[in-house]
Amino acid sequence: MKASVIIFPGSNREPDLCAALERVTGREPDRVWHGEGSLAEDLDLIVLPGGFAYGDYLRVGAMAAHSPIMREVRARADRGTPVLGICNGFQILTETGILPGALLANRTLSFVCRDVYLRVENHQTIFTGSYSPGQILRVPVAHHDGSYNADVPTLDRLEERGLIAFRYCSASGEITDSENFNGSARAIAGIFNERRTVLGLMPHPENAIDPLLGSTDGRPFFEGLFNALSGRIAA
Amino acid sequence: MRARICVSPKPSVLDPQGKAIGRALGALGFRGIREVRQGKLIEIDFEHTDPTEVRLRVEAMCKELLSNPVIEDYSIEIAPTEAGR
Repeated sequence: MKASVIIFPGSNREPDLCAALERVTGREPDRVWHGEGSLAEDLDLIVLPGGFAYGDYLRVGAMAAHSPIMREVRARADRGTPVLGICNGFQILTETGILPGALLANRTLSFVCRDVYLRVENHQTIFTGSYSPGQILRVPVAHHDGSYNADVPTLDRLEERGLIAFRYCSASGEITDSENFNGSARAIAGIFNERRTVLGLMPHPENAIDPLLGSTDGRPFFEGLFNALSGRIAA
Repeated sequence: MRARICVSPKPSVLDPQGKAIGRALGALGFRGIREVRQGKLIEIDFEHTDPTEVRLRVEAMCKELLSNPVIEDYSIEIAPTEAGR
């Protein structure tokens, strides 16, 4: 599996992401600077890591969305190449319009850095195939602007078409207002595009792959993705 | 010419910063506040002197970069650049 991780000025989660990908796939992903105009032809996965691209100037992800490489990322996404955006990567995907909606400041106006619980809302995708329906995961978040927002017709469409990937929940899987710490519409933590080939999520599965970090619930995420993409390559 | 662009959160969007400011003003004793919304002001100084042309450019800038139509509205004011600036 050949993956490229896009690095923007201000990205800072790419080491963990590359480590997670390498541990699961056995192959180090390429790191591609945002100023590049093209990506390798035989690419299986594009990843936009977390961080603070361009210092979050103007709006989170706004400047990065106009980086030269994003034209190519959008073209690949349109062609069906899987794209994964984590945290700041998710924000960049919404700013680019590859995913609908926008991410706003957490309702508490504070940076939240802790483990949260997620409920798998759709397990029939390349990203979530190794999880069982409704499985509860413990995965860390680390963000200030993670409140997912979209208009009601968009939220309804996401729900009806199974495009919500994860929701914030309690340890037992209930969706409650208090567990929705950042104030996301309908407790959304991650969404797919229409074809379910693009996933954006605020939590960091790459930081839940080793018992040393308190949770290994993120490991199946990368294993499932690797298996799905390897199968796709073989087929 | 100079353009002042006011970008503000859409009425439907939660604005926790505006709410926090409203609470702080209330705590300071300012009464009669119904709601506070916080946006941002962007000023652009142009070489162009034609306000129609400046407005067209600023509209394009707002759509492409300065505002996000999912969460924000914007308004534009155009005035001659003050002398000495």
